[in-house]
Amino acid sequence: MLKYLVKRIGTAVVTLFVAATITFFVMNLVPGGPFLSEKAPTAAAKAAMEAKYGLDKPLMVQYGRYLSGLVRGDFGVSYVQAKNKPIIDIIKQSFPVSAKIGSVAVLVSVLIGIPLGCLSALRREKWQDNVIRVVSTVGIAVPGFVVATSLMIVFAVKLKLLPSSGLSTAASYVLPVITLSLSPCSYIARLMRSSMLDVIGQDYIRTARAKGMDEFVTTFKHALRNSLIPVITYMGPMIANVLTGGFVVEKIFNIPGLGRYFVKSIESRDYTIIMGTTIFYAAILILMTLICDIVYKLVDPRIKLDA
Amino acid sequence: MDKQSILRKLNLNSLPDLSEQDFEPASAAEKEQITTMAEAVSYWKDAWRRLKKNKIAMIALVIIGCLLIFAIIGPYLSPYTYSQQIRGDENMFPCMKHPFGTDKLGRDLLVRTMIGTRISLLIGIVSAVIVLVIGAVYGAVSGLAGGMTDNIMMRIVDILNALPTILMVIAIKMVIEEPLNTLINSSEIFKPLQALGSGIIAIFIVYGLLYWVGAARIIRGQVLQLKEMEYINAAIALGSNKNRLIMKHLLPNCVGQLIVTTMLQIPSAIFTEAFLSFLGIGVSMPMASLGSLCSDGLNGIISYPYREIFPAVVISIIILAFNLFGDGLRDALDPRLKK
Repeated sequence: MLKYLVKRIGTAVVTLFVAATITFFVMNLVPGGPFLSEKAPTAAAKAAMEAKYGLDKPLMVQYGRYLSGLVRGDFGVSYVQAKNKPIIDIIKQSFPVSAKIGSVAVLVSVLIGIPLGCLSALRREKWQDNVIRVVSTVGIAVPGFVVATSLMIVFAVKLKLLPSSGLSTAASYVLPVITLSLSPCSYIARLMRSSMLDVIGQDYIRTARAKGMDEFVTTFKHALRNSLIPVITYMGPMIANVLTGGFVVEKIFNIPGLGRYFVKSIESRDYTIIMGTTIFYAAILILMTLICDIVYKLVDPRIKLDA
Repeated sequence: MDKQSILRKLNLNSLPDLSEQDFEPASAAEKEQITTMAEAVSYWKDAWRRLKKNKIAMIALVIIGCLLIFAIIGPYLSPYTYSQQIRGDENMFPCMKHPFGTDKLGRDLLVRTMIGTRISLLIGIVSAVIVLVIGAVYGAVSGLAGGMTDNIMMRIVDILNALPTILMVIAIKMVIEEPLNTLINSSEIFKPLQALGSGIIAIFIVYGLLYWVGAARIIRGQVLQLKEMEYINAAIALGSNKNRLIMKHLLPNCVGQLIVTTMLQIPSAIFTEAFLSFLGIGVSMPMASLGSLCSDGLNGIISYPYREIFPAVVISIIILAFNLFGDGLRDALDPRLKK
C-alpha cells in the first residue's frame, strides 16, 4: 500500500510540474510579452514595468522564481484586468462560487445517474431501459452551451419561471446545475448500467439467488456495491468535466465564478491569470484523480496494489 | 437396398413416373458450382453485414451522408456567400428568402450554418486523422519494442493523460495563433493554408500535440494482445521477418480498432472545437464554425433565438450521429466487445 501511495503521489507531483512547465513556457513564448495589449508604452516605462515584475531576467531565472512562487501559493499578479491584484486573491474570491455549483452538480449527477443506471440494468430491454438509454446518449452528445441556451430560452425567457443570470436565490442554481450535471449524469447512468449487467451475470450473484436470498438484498447489497466501483474511477475525470463545463455555464448564466474569470482573461488576453488559473485547475484535477485512484484501490481489495 | 425399403424411406407408395426426358445433363456452370467451395466471407463483408443489421447505426450513417451533402454541396446552391452582408436584410427572422434568418450584419444564416458544418466536419475529420497517425505510430512502436522503451513511453503517456487537456489546449491555442498567423501570411508557400485561417491550423496543431494519447494506448494494447497470438508465433516460426510481420499480420488486424478510434475521435474533436469557438478562441473571423455561430447567437438570444437554435441543433445532430455510428461500427468490427 505504502509503495503504491508513494508511486502514485510521485506521479501526481511530476504531472503537476509538467503542467506548470508547459504553461509557463507556452505563455512566455508569446512575442511581445504580457504587455502587448498596453497602448504602446514608452521604452522607459516598459523597462520599468519589466524590472518591477522581474521580466528583464533570463527566462530560466523567471521560471525558477515562478516555480518557487507556486510552491508558496504565489501565482503572480494580474497585468491587464486588475492591476497588480495577486491572482491567488482572485482565486480565493471566485473559486468558492464555482466550487459550490460544481459540488451540487456532482452530487446531483451521482444521485440521479446511479439509480437510473441500476433501473436500466434491472429492466434490461424493457421500456424503462430504452428510455434511459436514449436520454443518456443524447445527454452525452449535446454540448453544454446548447443545453444551457435551450434551458435559458425555455425556462427563463419564455416561461419566466427561473432567473437567467446571477446566483442570488436558490432558484437561480437550477439551470446552471442542470446544465453542468446532464452530461456526467448520463455518463454515470451508462457506466452503471453496463457494470451492473456485468455483476448480475457473475457466479456469486447466482449463488446468492440459489441460496434463496431475498431478491432485494441480492440486488442492493451484493450487486450494487460491486457495480459502483467503475463509477468511482469516473469521479476524477467527471470533476474535471464539471469544472471545465463551468467555463461555459458561468459565461452564459453570468455567474461570478473562476470559470467566468478565466473566460474573461482569455478575451482580454490576460496571460498571467490564464497561467495561474490553468495551474490551479490542473492541481485540483490531479488531486481529485489521485484521491479517486486511492479510494478505488481501497474499496476493491481484488485489485493488486502494485499493479 | 431393395425397392421397397427405398420407397418406405421416401414415404412414397410407388416411384413417380419418370422417364429419360425428365433428366438433363448438368451444365458446366452447375458442375463448377459443386466443385468449388462457397466463397469465403471476408472480415469486411461480415462486418458490413452486421452493420447493416444495426438500424441505429444505419440511420446515423444516412444522417452523416445528408450532413456531408448539406455542408459540401449546400453552399454552392445558395445565392449568397457566407461572408456576404446583404443590405436591408439585417436581423430577418426565418422566411422564404432566408430559411434560417439573417444576423445583425445581414448575413444569410443558412449558408453560414452550411459553411459552419463544413468547417466543423473538416476539423473533426482532419484532427481525427492527425491524432490517429501519431497515436498509432507511438502505440505500435511502444507495444512492439516492449521492455524499458515501452515502460518509458507509457510513463510519458500517463503524465500527458493526467494533464487537464482542455486547459492546456486553451493556453497553447491562444499563444500559437498569432505567430502562426504571421507565419502563414509571410510566404507564398503557405497560400493554401491562408484560406483556412490560423485559428483552424492552431487547432490541428494542438490536437496533434495533446490528443493522441488515447489512440496510442488503444493501439499499444491491441499490438500487445496480437503479439501473444499463436498465428504470430507461427509466422515467426515459418521465418517471416519483422517487416512482413508488421505489414501482413499486425497492421491488418489493428485496422478495425483504428477505424473505430477515428470514428469516435471525430465527434470529440468537433465537440472541443465548438467549446473553444464558444469561448471565443476557435476559428478566426469571418470564417464560421458551428461553435462560433452558437457563440454569436448568444448575443441577442432573447430577441433572436433562431440564431442560436439552428447551429445548436446541427451540432447536436452531428455529434450524436457520429457517436452512434461509431458505436455501431465498433460492434460490427469487433463483435466480442458487444455488451
